[in-house]
Amino acid sequence: MVKTLRSLLSKISQTFLNVLPIILVITFFQIVVIQKPFPHLQETLFGFVLVIIGLFIFIQGLEQALFPLGERLAVEFALKGNVFWIVLFGFTLGFATTIAEPALTVIAQKAGEIAAEAGAIDAARDSIAGYVWGLRLTTALAVGLAGAIGVIRIIKGWPLVIFILGGYSLIILATLFAPKEIIGIAYDAGGITTSCITVPLITALGIGLASSIRGRNPMIDGFGLIALASLTPIFFVMLYGIFIFGPS
Amino acid sequence: MAKLHYIDIIFDSLFITLMGILPIILVFAFFQWAVIRKKLPHWKKLLAGMGMVVLGLAVFIVGLEECIFPLGTSMAQQLSDPAFLMGDSPSPDSLFDGRRIGAEFYVEVILFGFLIGFATTLAEPALIAVALKAREISTGAISALGLRMAVALGVGVGVALGVFRIIEGTPIQYYIITGYIFLLVQTYFATKFIVPLAYDSGGVTTSTVTAPLLVALGLGLASNVPDSSLLLDGFGLIAFASLFPMMSVLAYAMIQKRFFSRVPDSRAKPNP
Repeated sequence: MVKTLRSLLSKISQTFLNVLPIILVITFFQIVVIQKPFPHLQETLFGFVLVIIGLFIFIQGLEQALFPLGERLAVEFALKGNVFWIVLFGFTLGFATTIAEPALTVIAQKAGEIAAEAGAIDAARDSIAGYVWGLRLTTALAVGLAGAIGVIRIIKGWPLVIFILGGYSLIILATLFAPKEIIGIAYDAGGITTSCITVPLITALGIGLASSIRGRNPMIDGFGLIALASLTPIFFVMLYGIFIFGPS
Repeated sequence: MAKLHYIDIIFDSLFITLMGILPIILVFAFFQWAVIRKKLPHWKKLLAGMGMVVLGLAVFIVGLEECIFPLGTSMAQQLSDPAFLMGDSPSPDSLFDGRRIGAEFYVEVILFGFLIGFATTLAEPALIAVALKAREISTGAISALGLRMAVALGVGVGVALGVFRIIEGTPIQYYIITGYIFLLVQTYFATKFIVPLAYDSGGVTTSTVTAPLLVALGLGLASNVPDSSLLLDGFGLIAFASLFPMMSVLAYAMIQKRFFSRVPDSRAKPNP
């Protein structure tokens, strides 16, 4: 009993250490630079308590569910040895998680409103909604494609660098032709697609797959799915921008 | 009464998190049922773990959104407010004079960008997950904390430079393309075992905690800095925060190799 309690306490204090830098930065700027008392001290403190408890529970669940789930499925797929299904799985997982990603919805909505304000698209409600939906669909298809390509890469053992090099070359090329209204949001779409539920699952999946295929190294072949998923949306959102606004 | 209010919000957040995880569960369930055709072993334990993931994330997000983001965003707004930057001289007309305010007036904002990027990255749940996995499969050659520190430093430097760019108004692609070219040179010289992990770190950094604060910082700055446009300058900080961690992780691996000679490749052997 005492032992469990002690290990629980040490785990919670570890979680506290993860959040401590944010507390320090915010306190420093409020007191030293802005030089005003905290506007809602009680609420802020309560918020930090919630953040620490939430992060603690999440990390427990991570080790108990997300990692084993991703790894087990990868091993089962490898046992089956059917490439078609696992590639389809990679695509579906990427597409489904991205289309439902709350952060993407928020950013796309904001991008739509700002584009309408700036007169880049028609300010009618329908046209904004269409633009927002187009952004989300493009990003989700791009992440799905990344999932499929990433899985094939692991199976074949192709080096990641080739894909990164090719991907960035395409991105640089697209940037030259993309209208300037889309460039910022396109680069952001690349970073936003990876949430804290998908990342552990996808990482575990890649590593599980690389560990169960003969001749693959989990370090070299297992990582890289997330990198691909952050790369494809940039290119495809810019293509979408060229399609909507015309080339620059 | 205030406590009751939070319980309401936590339930809302639980619902949203559940909706977010639903497509994942559906995809997994479909493939388990249609392709693998086996009963999931330990499904009770997995289900309980999933419940913890959803509950933990919901509580985490409520704490962030209700208490920390409002403070962070108002801080970003205040720090980039011309009145705050100019101190006692209150007349905005005499300040602008048709010229931009130079970056030297924005030292506090740039410092804020660096520190908030660094601090929020250390609390990023997705990065914690990847760092745990990296330590596990490198059998300890890559330390979880070292990796997270390297990524956090990269995010901090990236955000600081991104803030500087918004103030100066230079087009984003100049920075990004230069950065990518530098990254490719670095990749050429790096140990090949670290490269995929480094590239993954770039995508991982900007999710739950960092992304909303960076968007708020970018939009706040772009609406306050004279002559900058929301559409052109408001977004883009996230791109900086994804690019620089890749460089910093590669650099971290190089430094570790040179000074501590604990090279990951000697440990992580390919499967027979």
